[in-house]
Amino acid sequence: MLILTVLSVLLAVLIGAGLYIRSLPLLETATLPELLAASEWKPFKGLFGFLPFILGTLWVTIIAILITLPLCLLGSIYIYEYAHHRIRKVIVPFVDMLSGIPPVVFGVWGVLFIVPLIGDHIAPHFVEFSTGYSVLAGGIVLAVMIFPLIISILLEVFGTIPKELKDASLSLGATQWQTVKFILLKKSLPGIIAATVLAISRAFGETIAVLMVCGNMPEAPHSVFDAGYPLPALIANNYGEMLSVPLYDSALLFAALILFAIIFLFNGVSRMVLARIERKIA
Amino acid sequence: MRKIEENIFKALMIIACAIIVSSFFMIVGTVVLKGLPAMNLDMLTKTPDGGFYIGKEGGVLNAIMGSLYIAGGSSFLALAISLPIVLYINLYLRKGSWLAKATRLSQDVLFGIPSIVYGAFGFTVMMYFGLKASLLGGIVAVTLLVMPIMIRTMDEVMRTVPKELLDASYSLGATRLETVRIMVRQSAPGILTAVLLSFGRAIGDAASVMFTAGFSDNIPQSLDDPAPTLPLAIFFQLSSPMEEVQARAYASALILTILVLTISLSARILTKRFSKNKI
Repeated sequence: MLILTVLSVLLAVLIGAGLYIRSLPLLETATLPELLAASEWKPFKGLFGFLPFILGTLWVTIIAILITLPLCLLGSIYIYEYAHHRIRKVIVPFVDMLSGIPPVVFGVWGVLFIVPLIGDHIAPHFVEFSTGYSVLAGGIVLAVMIFPLIISILLEVFGTIPKELKDASLSLGATQWQTVKFILLKKSLPGIIAATVLAISRAFGETIAVLMVCGNMPEAPHSVFDAGYPLPALIANNYGEMLSVPLYDSALLFAALILFAIIFLFNGVSRMVLARIERKIA
Repeated sequence: MRKIEENIFKALMIIACAIIVSSFFMIVGTVVLKGLPAMNLDMLTKTPDGGFYIGKEGGVLNAIMGSLYIAGGSSFLALAISLPIVLYINLYLRKGSWLAKATRLSQDVLFGIPSIVYGAFGFTVMMYFGLKASLLGGIVAVTLLVMPIMIRTMDEVMRTVPKELLDASYSLGATRLETVRIMVRQSAPGILTAVLLSFGRAIGDAASVMFTAGFSDNIPQSLDDPAPTLPLAIFFQLSSPMEEVQARAYASALILTILVLTISLSARILTKRFSKNKI
């Protein structure tokens, strides 16, 4: 049991080390900043610039967070502070079930609903031409995917705020919203930030749904209606093929390593913040 | 003024909730509306015939079975690994032990690692050992993916088992290994939830099995056979230019959605029923 436990702790290290070793051949040809800042992706010429993919990932993630954060904040405040417990009992199971829906189904929904919506109704008002397969579509689908994660963490964080504080505020004549604004939100700020960071890292790594709706053009997007090509999609589309092209394999595992490193860092920090919040009340 | 602000925000909150809940219905609704017309018995009972991907006869039985094998195998394997770990950190280690803390933190972090990274890592390891994409590879990769879910879910339940109960067991002369029985019994609903959660995640994940399990038109017969999976079947069918094949992707998505929702609903019901008999 001890061995299994230690192994499970080491698994993250193992994955990181494995990916690093496999991406060494690429790292020997160019320095890290060169790889990250170059924008030419021509595997056959040996050019591996990750900038378009990193930008694609960033666009999609930022759009998703901008949509999801206000909605989830308002939604979870309502569920926690305002809603009658009977309404809460209706809403929470739906959020749970949403978290169970497989990514590929979100992708199908994106292709059937969001992409045509953007392509036919939204984009024509802003740009001359867009197929709908865009970073915006990716962002919207991702936003919906991360609803359950943020809401469940936010509800937990709200639960750690002492009731006495809120009662004190209410007894001083503050309205419920004022209490939320000045007590609940202020007190749970670290938790909200941690939840956001977790959501960002989740959005970073989501693969198949984003792959299906983003358009996958290896160029940096210039507007939300442009196609993008996030890192996970790059790996999913190309890994395992064309192993004969030198360094290609190594480049894709380097992409996986970037994802791993960023998410490892983000997750580690935000989980530690959340654990500290929990300990404070315990 | 305060009243107005109060009301504006309350309205915004209700709208936000409505959007969140309706997104669930939009997704399920879209899949049902588009999937139902293309649904037929052949989809469920037949493997793809020749020319399936250009719109000829056949179904996705191969992918359904492949997904069930992978999800079942990996849930079982993950349970076999996770249960000892969770019991160890809850029964054998002292409260506040650094190893328990490290395990919890690392599982939290692993939980966030995207499935594509598990897939890529799994495939690298498989290449190192000279293995081809197979049912076994898929099971191993998905096991890595669902282990953090299992460990976290079971750990949360076992932490709430009253210490007095365990003390009672010890005071009757039971060893730690014998007390494990009490712990397992007491947290049975949590273990069941963990298994069902993992099963649901395992059956729906595409990125981790993409390279490790491969794809084929047959139901896998042995651990070395490549294993088709439902999410990948949907993905491949959807990228076809032919409308009949795309329609099948919608039908397959409907099958997957129904499977997953059934699992998550039964998890809820079972958990509720089991919790009643607990001390």
